[in-house]
Amino acid sequence: MPRTVSEVVFVDGVRTPFGKAGDKGIYAQTRADDLVIKCITELLRRNPNLPKERVEEVAIAATTQIGDQGLTLGRTAALVAGLPATTPGYSVDRMCAGAMTAVTTTASAIGFGAYDIAIAGGVEHMGRHPMGEGVDPNPRIIAEKIVDPSALVMGSTAENLHDRFPQLTKERSDAYAVGSQTKVARAYEEGRIQPDLVPVATRHAERGYGLATTDEPPRPGTTMESLADLKTPFRPHGRVTAGNSAGLNDGATACILASEEAARELGLPIRMRLVSYAFVGVEPEVMGIGPVPAAEKALAKAGLSIEDIGLFELNEAFAVQVLAFLDHFGLADDDPRVNRYGGAIAVGHPLASSGIRLMNQLARQFEEDPSVRYGMTAMCIGIGMGGAVIWENPHAQGASPSVDPPEATPAGDSTTKDA
Amino acid sequence: MTTTTDTAASETAAPQTTTTPTHQEVVTHAFVQDVTVPGTGYGDEASTLALITLDNGHDHTKPNTFGPAGIAELHGVVETLRVRAEAGEIQAVGITGKPFIFAVGADLTGVPSVTERDQALGIARAGHAAYAAIMDLPVPTFAFVNGAVMGGGLEIALACDYRTMSAGVPAVALPEVFLGLVPGWGGAYLLPRLIGPEKALTVIVENPLATNRMLKGPQAAALGIADVMFGPGDFLEESLRWAGRILTGAVSVERADHTVDESAWSSAATKARALADAKTAGRSPAPYRAIDLVEAARTRTRDEGFAAEDEALADLLMGDELRAGLYAFDLVQRRAKRPAGAPDRSLARPVTKVGIVGAGLMAGQLASLFAQRLEVPVVMTDLDEDRVAKGVGYVHQEVEQLLGKGRISPDRANRLRSLVTGSTSKDGFADADFVIEAVFEEMSVKQQVFAEVEAIVAPECILATNTSSLSITDMAGGLRHPERVVGFHFFNPVAVMPLLEVIPGERTDESALATAFAVGKTLKKTTVLVKDSPSFITNRLLGRFMGEFSRIVDGGTDVAVADEAIAGLAPMPPFVLLGLVGPPIALHNSQTLHRAFGNRFYVSPTLERIVAARKPGYYLPDGTLDPDVEALLEKPADPVTLTVPEARERILSVLAEEIGLMLQEGVAQAPMDIDLAMITGAGFQFWNGGIIPLLDREGVTAKVLGRRILPPGVASVPA
Repeated sequence: MPRTVSEVVFVDGVRTPFGKAGDKGIYAQTRADDLVIKCITELLRRNPNLPKERVEEVAIAATTQIGDQGLTLGRTAALVAGLPATTPGYSVDRMCAGAMTAVTTTASAIGFGAYDIAIAGGVEHMGRHPMGEGVDPNPRIIAEKIVDPSALVMGSTAENLHDRFPQLTKERSDAYAVGSQTKVARAYEEGRIQPDLVPVATRHAERGYGLATTDEPPRPGTTMESLADLKTPFRPHGRVTAGNSAGLNDGATACILASEEAARELGLPIRMRLVSYAFVGVEPEVMGIGPVPAAEKALAKAGLSIEDIGLFELNEAFAVQVLAFLDHFGLADDDPRVNRYGGAIAVGHPLASSGIRLMNQLARQFEEDPSVRYGMTAMCIGIGMGGAVIWENPHAQGASPSVDPPEATPAGDSTTKDA
Repeated sequence: MTTTTDTAASETAAPQTTTTPTHQEVVTHAFVQDVTVPGTGYGDEASTLALITLDNGHDHTKPNTFGPAGIAELHGVVETLRVRAEAGEIQAVGITGKPFIFAVGADLTGVPSVTERDQALGIARAGHAAYAAIMDLPVPTFAFVNGAVMGGGLEIALACDYRTMSAGVPAVALPEVFLGLVPGWGGAYLLPRLIGPEKALTVIVENPLATNRMLKGPQAAALGIADVMFGPGDFLEESLRWAGRILTGAVSVERADHTVDESAWSSAATKARALADAKTAGRSPAPYRAIDLVEAARTRTRDEGFAAEDEALADLLMGDELRAGLYAFDLVQRRAKRPAGAPDRSLARPVTKVGIVGAGLMAGQLASLFAQRLEVPVVMTDLDEDRVAKGVGYVHQEVEQLLGKGRISPDRANRLRSLVTGSTSKDGFADADFVIEAVFEEMSVKQQVFAEVEAIVAPECILATNTSSLSITDMAGGLRHPERVVGFHFFNPVAVMPLLEVIPGERTDESALATAFAVGKTLKKTTVLVKDSPSFITNRLLGRFMGEFSRIVDGGTDVAVADEAIAGLAPMPPFVLLGLVGPPIALHNSQTLHRAFGNRFYVSPTLERIVAARKPGYYLPDGTLDPDVEALLEKPADPVTLTVPEARERILSVLAEEIGLMLQEGVAQAPMDIDLAMITGAGFQFWNGGIIPLLDREGVTAKVLGRRILPPGVASVPA
């Protein structure tokens, strides 16, 4: 049968403000599923042109799929968010790249023609579900030295990365972290982050209801001095500190993906167009290097080179792993194309949710900067992986004809083939 | 104010006594957090709203209520916010509830210990002071009604400038009149001015008198009680967003001035008074006080309105009708859930299949109820195929009606239809756990039926009888396993009347009795344990009541006078009720009681003639006396014409006498069970506490029995 391969577009994305995990955090007594449900509800409200019954899949990521992050969250969240019973859903886990994987998986199904519109999202309430909750690693992993024991402790893998690349010093990591804090503060001042935040009513048994409207983790005013003496919890006299790493956080994200045709039919915004993506495995004990081979593979698939990428949204699990990426591709530590709104070191990294935060921000930057044609979202992933997704800016000069008005010939890059 | 037993926490099912144990108020706290509300959208210039959360620290099964400490805390918090608002720290104040509950009103558990009018006045004034403080805040105030909201809870919302309502709110009500109070923390003044007198009187008077009907959130919003409604999923977020738009002027709320049209107020009040007359016959003061307050709200200032509410609350709190209402409320809310004398529930056996002997109208009603509530197969049997088909057909027809009204899904309809089958053979009872007979009311017939059933069923199968008068012990007499026989007496119409009398025979064992109570609970009935005795509680007392009424009328007193004498006692005049149950059944009841108890119970010659003439009752469909019946009326040679007070005394006296005998004979476990049975089985009224508080209140028990039945304070103002 003839099969039309569809272009896939990013329609809209939102997230909750991120919170600090733990008893004092803003979401201490807020359910994890409610966080992602609010994101889905907000997406539906912000896009009244999208009839609910046209949402044909809901994929929600969580690393720890237990309790309020379990029960086939994609399906249950869809039902509670008010999507019709006909909308199916499922859960996704690729650790930190859960939401990114929810995006690429549903996008692939859209591209294949299985459906036209999906909601992808992610949530991690690290206060209710600490990393490693209930895990039971296969004993052979240790007995047969299948991976280094340090591979399961993310901070240790970051220390390992400092070992591998001695030029990546603690000072460079701290300087990078200060930059992240500064950029987040500036982006907030300029109102670039707030438009995609979903306010969340937070109930607390002893404090009553509050309303989360801004990220809780950022520490504006962070300096090299204030970072210098922080503890290195993963190794005595190590380099990785709470200051140059992302924290433990609670939060959720979600986005709408659509075939370009469906987006045009419904009049939905087209904010990014998916070009290519790749996930690649690396040695688990240096998982932070993962984005490098993933980016290379995604670039190769797209027929692009690193010079073609005008904007990067890199997840900052650890400063050192971002620096390893920048060094590899010959980018400066403070390259203005990278993380314009700052990153996870400042705003936080609720594991499986973070991938879509990167996409939301890249989509905003595309609108701000039509001179850029291609952008990349990339992140490292626990157990030794990296993920990279390349997007095209529909606002760019010379963007693919497929993102021109509907009268244009459909899908310039699309192919028709017999299946 | 000290408070007594705590409604939900108390596990005791013991009778109430005069000694009121001191009670720790479950305090509804008023937590405050500042939240940032946006201007026209999140991210815009923001205002600070102080958000009060009402939360008593328990989950939704124990809703927020306001006792003295809760009111004081709220008042204190509001005063703090006033200072902050004046200092420019906050630009608005919002109030919301805990999950699923906003607040459900005043904590009335302390009322029984209020002995002085000044105490009552103090309760009224403390609430008003706190709510007035909310109204007097110098910044806009918002109520975000996220869950159930009643009485004093709704009055908090009314005290705010704006209200949002969740579409998921299950209950919105001002139920005070139902209990015997008025919405006296501002409701009677504020609601009519907000939504107009007619709609307000629907909420304040009509709904409470319609067995305390509640509104859903969307209905309440449609009445104008809320300015805007949002879905429950992100209700608070959307409410705060809306509040932000109000604060910036992006949206505004237009309110009609309802005080302009005087005639609307007087006509609404007249209509409401007529309704109160019809429902209470003037015997409950609460609706009239509420109507007066509403009518006067048009021209009163707030302070005048609140002061009038204070007086009304104080009067009613010190009235026996309210105390009886609270007693009755406690019976149906609490005693009904833990039937006195019922064996431990763990002794109950599972019921996975039900047999019904008989396929007549009563049997059909039973089959329908058992199938819907127990959700197990129900087999009906009768003597011939026609009757069986009719019985099963009745249930199918019920199912069709539910389906047609959209009350059940097609799948559920299929399930219910397939659960109910019929046969002329009792073989289908072989694997039943519970068989109930609804055959002709004749001992020998019932005994034969049970013998036949026993030949088929397992020894543990419960044999229940829906007899309304016969001895359970006698019915079980010839059986091999009399220990599994139990009386299971429903009231017509079965689907509507809550009462189920459960009657053990002499040899009934604990397990069978526990099973009967468990089945009754699953059927969602109010179960009351009754001693095996002729006609049990409700029919015996109702029979004495109807009999004495007929005796008085047959003796020469005008029906209208007799009706007036007992107005406000039963839900309808006795001869109207007689038409509903049917003269043959009414006659049969009176004859049965007469046989059992002698001349105390009257068999009316008029009624005998009506039955013989096959007339459907005393009245024509238009409510006037049937001229044919007029010819059948007893014409005493020496008529005795009683006045209203004389007739009332006669009827109340015989009720007191009969209740005294029933208590002496141990027919009921306690006086409270008699009131509970009369309220749920005969529709007797809350403001009379069923019947015994009325008899105590009017001194009838003292005169007839030489003593009160309930100690002062239990269902009356303590002496």
